[in-house]
Amino acid sequence: MVMELSVLDLALAALLILALAGLSLRLGLGIEQRLVVAAARTTIQLLLIGLVLKLLFDNAHFLWVAAMAAVMITAAGREVMARQKRRFVGWWGFGLGTLSMFVSSFTVSVLALLVVIGNTPWYAPQYAIPLLGMVLGNTMNGIALGLDRLTQEASARRMVLETRLALGQNWNETIADTRREAIRVGMIPIINAMAAAGIVSLPGMMTGQILAGTAPVEAVKYQILVMFLIAGGTGFGTVVAVSLGARRLFDERQRLRLDRLRTGAD
Amino acid sequence: MPALALHQLRTRHIGPVDLDVAAGECVCIRGASGSGKSLLLRAIADLDPHAGEALLDGRACSSMPGPAWRRRVALVMAEGQWWADTVGEHFPAGCTPAWLDRVGLPAGALDWQVARCSTGERQRLALLRTLMQGPAVLLLDEPTGNLDEDSTARVEAVLDDYRREHAAALLWVSHDPRQAARVARRRFLLEDGKLVEEEEGGKAAADKGKAAGADRPPDTEGAAW
Repeated sequence: MVMELSVLDLALAALLILALAGLSLRLGLGIEQRLVVAAARTTIQLLLIGLVLKLLFDNAHFLWVAAMAAVMITAAGREVMARQKRRFVGWWGFGLGTLSMFVSSFTVSVLALLVVIGNTPWYAPQYAIPLLGMVLGNTMNGIALGLDRLTQEASARRMVLETRLALGQNWNETIADTRREAIRVGMIPIINAMAAAGIVSLPGMMTGQILAGTAPVEAVKYQILVMFLIAGGTGFGTVVAVSLGARRLFDERQRLRLDRLRTGAD
Repeated sequence: MPALALHQLRTRHIGPVDLDVAAGECVCIRGASGSGKSLLLRAIADLDPHAGEALLDGRACSSMPGPAWRRRVALVMAEGQWWADTVGEHFPAGCTPAWLDRVGLPAGALDWQVARCSTGERQRLALLRTLMQGPAVLLLDEPTGNLDEDSTARVEAVLDDYRREHAAALLWVSHDPRQAARVARRRFLLEDGKLVEEEEGGKAAADKGKAAGADRPPDTEGAAW
């Protein structure tokens, strides 16, 4: 039912990239090299993950699925850290985002697999890996945005926070406004995505399923499920990450410790 | 019994500092810009990590939670900040018109928008905000830094009254030697991170703060100096 793509089909599409690179050269945009490298990376990375998934589907062993999930979460944790302008020093920089994603994305995905989809075995990679991937990708965004806002705000509003501490407020009262704002910032993209879904945008997962021949209503049902999982994962993940981060900004004497942050390399 | 005692207090840039400030006493600290006067006050308020100990009436700072210590040993920053829109929101326990009047502000000042207050008005309101919490020790960082002569006199009077009424210990950072002479009998210079006591002639002697503080009761006008 699916129209299989040949290498020639992909090569034709790649001509678009080459044409764009030529235009960049002509207009002196200076991005032709980056464009070509990025296109090459897309090709290689996706082919590799295709091979990995094929292997995984052929050997649907729990340990392999778990290993794949662990790799995905670690990569997402690194990505969250890399996106911070001010990161926590030491293990907190990596651990904060990774732990929060583990808690939220993992729980939400496992819950969906066990309770909602109910496949046997529940960890069937054909469901588990794409689901986790989608939840993780969005949770990663929310957590990265939330943490970034938290640390930036705390640095910018340092004098306000310290005035409040000097007036005898505890760390929780002192950081409450900033924390609330950071959580909100982390959650707004998924709320917007849900509000615009179907009217402004056709979500990628559903579009892909329809292209692959699934009946639209079935594809839509899965998309709704995925949206809710993503919202849950993003929301809880952001709350956990920002709350832990906010606590970490203060020490046991409830002093503001901005020396626990360092400016990112880039 | 001294209200505030510092034992070998030090941070990366200042100390070790030993100092006793008796209940009802005002001690003044001067020093060049960047000498660490504000850092010293921050360390006493336990806003920065430090070694050594600060004690309030014999109770160590480390033996009580940070916020409890800071409510008793209150730092009034040189540039106190505001987070809500109106002045009144920063006064959880309110503020009586009498107090506002003492620093030269009208009774309606609590309804003002913070953004529309002048620097001098904000500085006086920031001081009141702390006084309303009734701290035992006031750590004052240039409390009249942005004020004209008239307001400065009012603030000095209010702080003097507060010191007497509450037997509060005041540690007052000022850059103005005349103000230092007006408000405090014991005055120190902060040089190279160390406190050096200033004598009457302006000549600095070695740090005898600790010994001197213990045998100089606050409200006896000493003829000795």
